[in-house]
Amino acid sequence: MNMPAFKTDAATAVATPAAASVAAPVVTMTPNRPPRAEKYVKMAKEAAVRVVPPLIVLVLLMVFWELVCRRAGSTLPPPSKVFKDTKELIFDPFFDRGGIDKGLFWHLSASLQRVALGYSLAAIVGVALGTLVGQSVWAMRGLDPLFQVLRTIPPLAWLPLALAAFRDGQPSAIFVIFITSIWPIIINTAVGIRNIPQDYRNVAAVVQLNPLEFFGKIMIPAAAPYIFTGLRIGIGLSWLAIIAAEMLIGGVGIGFFIWDAWNSSHISEIILALFYVGIIGFVLDRLIAGLGKIVTRGTSAG
Amino acid sequence: MQAYLKLDHIDKTFTRGNATTEVLKEINLTIDKGEYVSIIGHSGCGKSTLLNIVAGLTNCTTGCVLLENREVNSPGPDRAVVFQNHSLLPWLTVYENVRLGVDKVFASSKTRSERDAWVMHNLNLVQMAHAKDKRPSEISGGMKQRVGIARALAMEPKVLLLDEPFGALDALTRAHLQDSVMALHQKLGNTILMITHDVDEAVLLSDRIVMMTNGPSARIGEVLEVPLARPRKRLELATNPGYLKCRQRVLEFLYERHRFVEAA
Repeated sequence: MNMPAFKTDAATAVATPAAASVAAPVVTMTPNRPPRAEKYVKMAKEAAVRVVPPLIVLVLLMVFWELVCRRAGSTLPPPSKVFKDTKELIFDPFFDRGGIDKGLFWHLSASLQRVALGYSLAAIVGVALGTLVGQSVWAMRGLDPLFQVLRTIPPLAWLPLALAAFRDGQPSAIFVIFITSIWPIIINTAVGIRNIPQDYRNVAAVVQLNPLEFFGKIMIPAAAPYIFTGLRIGIGLSWLAIIAAEMLIGGVGIGFFIWDAWNSSHISEIILALFYVGIIGFVLDRLIAGLGKIVTRGTSAG
Repeated sequence: MQAYLKLDHIDKTFTRGNATTEVLKEINLTIDKGEYVSIIGHSGCGKSTLLNIVAGLTNCTTGCVLLENREVNSPGPDRAVVFQNHSLLPWLTVYENVRLGVDKVFASSKTRSERDAWVMHNLNLVQMAHAKDKRPSEISGGMKQRVGIARALAMEPKVLLLDEPFGALDALTRAHLQDSVMALHQKLGNTILMITHDVDEAVLLSDRIVMMTNGPSARIGEVLEVPLARPRKRLELATNPGYLKCRQRVLEFLYERHRFVEAA
């Protein structure tokens, strides 16, 4: 036990004079500190470069909006009025007075839950169908024309049919999300599967992977960049569709909140809701993009 | 003596629409256990097709491949391939790439820890153990090819198939890797079938060189024994008369009798 400790002591004892005698490297080490401060300055500068321009644009837009809508008889409220009208909604998003008289948090979370459910189903079924179509020529010949026609149907056109089938708003909204976001997932997955290099298939053949292992170990990772492109388009579409669908089905949800605000002429509330819808759509997109980046790490680079 | 690997009357024709091209004609070749055989020929002569037939990745039109007197016509780890472009899976680390094959081949015969040790053993053989956690994109071309070799060796193949394994490497890396392959062959005694278009490489590494005529309908033009003692040393061979004679023979075959004719 003592020996190693003694040894390290000896080692440092030997090392110190050596380091002292060779003064030059020690001197070169010290300038490392000022650059660190410089690094922070540089980082701050980079952040400023990124943040300042959009801020300026935002402020200019606000000023413009304020000026245009301030006049008497203007149909839309200026930002100052929007803020005054919606203060309660902004600062207390969690109130719940029963029925649909709830804070924005509850509306948004209801919409997000529908999207989460419909989109997850679409992701699972979409990747599975995309794999089938990408892998089998016969499946492609049979299904591709059908997909190409169905994907052009606008999301809301499905809603009456869904309502007829499910006889309830909730599953119908989820179905609309599902049917909207599934097409880009199917099509991109199929392209990704079709583009798997022959080399990887050869490797799998030599190693004798069975179809299930081939799917998990070769197909999915190899096609992941394509799959995530599809998933990203899909999440954007489903967020677009849910707002419209909720306007029609009613109940709790940000779509219906907007429609309700319109019916009660609370224009400021509509503007606030649009702001939240935009922010959440942006976050959802970033989320899938970020997830894709993590998952496909290494796949794209040869 | 019974042939270990036997290519028996192999023909290969490709059909596209109405056009059929005969790529290989009447390929007969027997390879003994532990032998190192190279196939050399101009590009387009179908040597890669031949290797793919032995690997089972392509089916031959007529004839068959016999390994230990058993017909083989589908791919399998008993004929592991080292691909020209390494073909490592970019989303797996070096270790995982080798482990993929090991897990399949030794699924029932080795425990988890034994498989782990076996992967590390093979990475050590090609001096790549230090990079086991790197991804293929983080290592050099020569290193990738080493991992490719480790992956193939780790499957304990009866025949190791090398498809122009050094073709994409620079000259210095190539020489280094050739030495490694020679050392491995010496140590493990594998049976190796290698495709190459490099005369020096063929003479340096092989016991026999199979020279193919130009396609279409490529045949085996000549088979040359390389009677050089092993272990062979690159530098000493440079002035060895036996080496020079073999080299001369191959060059004559390729550039006089079967000169590459540019497609019109």
